[in-house]
Amino acid sequence: MIEMALNIKSLPKKKYVMPGHAACPGCPETIGFRHLGMALGDKAVTVIPAGCSAVIQGLWPKQGWGLPALNIVFAAGAATASGLARALERRGVDAHVVVWAGDGGTADIGLQSLSGAAERGENIIYVCVDNEAYMNTGIQRSSLTPHGAWTTTTHRGNPGTKKPIPQIVAAHRVPYVATASIGYPWDFIAKLRKAAKIRGFKYIHLHAPCPVGWRFDAGLTGKIAKLAVETGAWILYEYENGKLKLNPPSNRLLDPSKRKPIEEYIKLQGRFRNISPESLEVLKRDIDRNWEEIRTALRAQGDL
Amino acid sequence: MANSIPKPQWQVTGQLIPMRGNDAVAYAVKLARVEFVAAYPITPQTIIVEKIDEMISHGELEADMMHVESEHSALAATYGAAIGGVRAFTATSSHGLAYMYEVLWWVAGSRIPVVMAIVARAIGPPWNIHVEHSDVMVTRETGWLVSVAENNQEALDLTILMFRVTEDPRVYLPGIIGLDGFILSHTVEPVDVPPQEVIDEFLPPRRQPYVFEPGRLVAMGNLMPDEIFEEHRIDMHYSLASASRVIKEAGREYAKLTGRDYSNLTECYRCSDADYLIAGTGSWMGDAKIAVDLLREKGLKFGALRLRWIRPFPWDEVREVGLNKKLVVILDRSISFGYAGQLFIELSSALEAKPSIVGVPAGIGGLDISYSDIAYIGEEAVRLLEEKGRIYIPVLWYHLGGFKSLPPSRQIETTRRAQFLSIDIESIGEDENR
Repeated sequence: MIEMALNIKSLPKKKYVMPGHAACPGCPETIGFRHLGMALGDKAVTVIPAGCSAVIQGLWPKQGWGLPALNIVFAAGAATASGLARALERRGVDAHVVVWAGDGGTADIGLQSLSGAAERGENIIYVCVDNEAYMNTGIQRSSLTPHGAWTTTTHRGNPGTKKPIPQIVAAHRVPYVATASIGYPWDFIAKLRKAAKIRGFKYIHLHAPCPVGWRFDAGLTGKIAKLAVETGAWILYEYENGKLKLNPPSNRLLDPSKRKPIEEYIKLQGRFRNISPESLEVLKRDIDRNWEEIRTALRAQGDL
Repeated sequence: MANSIPKPQWQVTGQLIPMRGNDAVAYAVKLARVEFVAAYPITPQTIIVEKIDEMISHGELEADMMHVESEHSALAATYGAAIGGVRAFTATSSHGLAYMYEVLWWVAGSRIPVVMAIVARAIGPPWNIHVEHSDVMVTRETGWLVSVAENNQEALDLTILMFRVTEDPRVYLPGIIGLDGFILSHTVEPVDVPPQEVIDEFLPPRRQPYVFEPGRLVAMGNLMPDEIFEEHRIDMHYSLASASRVIKEAGREYAKLTGRDYSNLTECYRCSDADYLIAGTGSWMGDAKIAVDLLREKGLKFGALRLRWIRPFPWDEVREVGLNKKLVVILDRSISFGYAGQLFIELSSALEAKPSIVGVPAGIGGLDISYSDIAYIGEEAVRLLEEKGRIYIPVLWYHLGGFKSLPPSRQIETTRRAQFLSIDIESIGEDENR
């Protein structure tokens, strides 16, 4: 099991998120970035397309991220990292080039350059910090907003469903794709470390509940992240060379009866306050379909 | 003195090879020992990247070539490599440039040296792959150095020069070499390829203001207070404006090594005793020189002022040669819709509109303009001047052998004519102002 391999004493004590950064209270991106630093240490260089993480760093001359941070235009995260990784390799510099992008920078405006880098097999780690909407510009929907969720551009609830980005990236036949959650730091850190050992394009999709955008109390970020996994709304898994594996605790949740009711997850979030019974059904169907696809894949591999 | 510059000597220091303009750029990339190239194909730029790929495949160039999925990624990846500490190059045209436009700003604002070739081509619609300067001209505001070649030799020389100038600590900005689509890019001319030792002597190892790598806590591009942002922009402006000095210095040294003189930002042909000037940039200025000879045979003392550099703008040289002329005819292969050609706007302000000035957009969409067209334009401009005493015409559009006079003051007529043109294509050639 992944969790057994790590011990808190083995993690670096160095701070990779500085006090005084500009994030909102309860921000999941600072939690995730801290774990990124703990996992990869000083060998990491980050490339950050437009989004919350560009702002969280704070105002010059202060800098909230404790790793080199190359900010870049919205659509160019993966392409910029590709060039940087090639240059560093050429110069014999041992580095982990990491794209730290939001859901917009990954699934929408950045999808083309992400696909290009994945297809070319660039030696980078791409982390999508998914807070399920354009939070930096004020909570507008993205293609990773779940069905029925309120945003400032979906006042009657998001009519779409969440785009299956991890599967889209996995379909590029890259060596490593994983999902993670800021509610499960050990899992995320272990996956980052595993990715760092693999040569080629690695993708980690980090679920990151946002108190401001999802309308919940800033003290509940971790709890809601965990509830997403426990209710099955977010699933932890990894594709290693195309082979799918469920990770704890999601590996115990294939049976729907083991999952907490989805209502426990959504009732804490203002964005679902006015969800209609019909929309709630669609949301549940989406989640069921995700699980069904996983079940089908595991069965095809002979693991079920 | 700008108007006493000798014509660059055609001295052969290396190997004289017949090649297309795009090949010349590729040879320059090789001589500059570029380490990283990312590009996306677009006509007429394609030969550059094909040739570079061929050089890499044959072991003539030790570089990394990244085949990206778009121009946006091409410049972003080139920038990523450059910021990671290697000499990097890309090339594009027209829509490719338009697609990567925001990245141009990012590269320049980062003060990271990168060199890019733009093979000049019209921007659609309708689709048109032929020469025009609209793409080169939209880069003027981005903080890049911008040069435009007259011939294939210059395409090679300017590319090498551009690496040297952009990587100079007094500049630290990216740079563009423009060359005319097809007229240069696909046309074979003999080009002197200098020996590698000569270029190694001319071009020091890469320098850049900072490098992104592990352990160096650098942040690039995060938010800045507005007053610091403005200071940063002021510094960009002065670095670019004063790059003239660095260009001249490098150009003089290049002349010593190769016999080809790049110590000026402009070239002026038969300017010193001229009454009238034809000014412009790009390959057709070669035709303009022939036109000058023809006009002088008719007793009209013309000279040809060619802008080899658009940014930094060659303010001193233009004023020195142009302020006391009777008439300056400015050829533009692009138009800022609703006003005039870009070079008209820039040159007439530098010349304080002291000479009579006529702006002549022509050759748009690749329409062929020969030396006889340019001679005719010059002759007509002088005729207008003599008729009226003084003239200042922003747009005297030369189209299929005649003029379309469309100054901004005639907006209503312009609109009506545009409507008219859209329904009756046959009457485009009619010339009611002649």
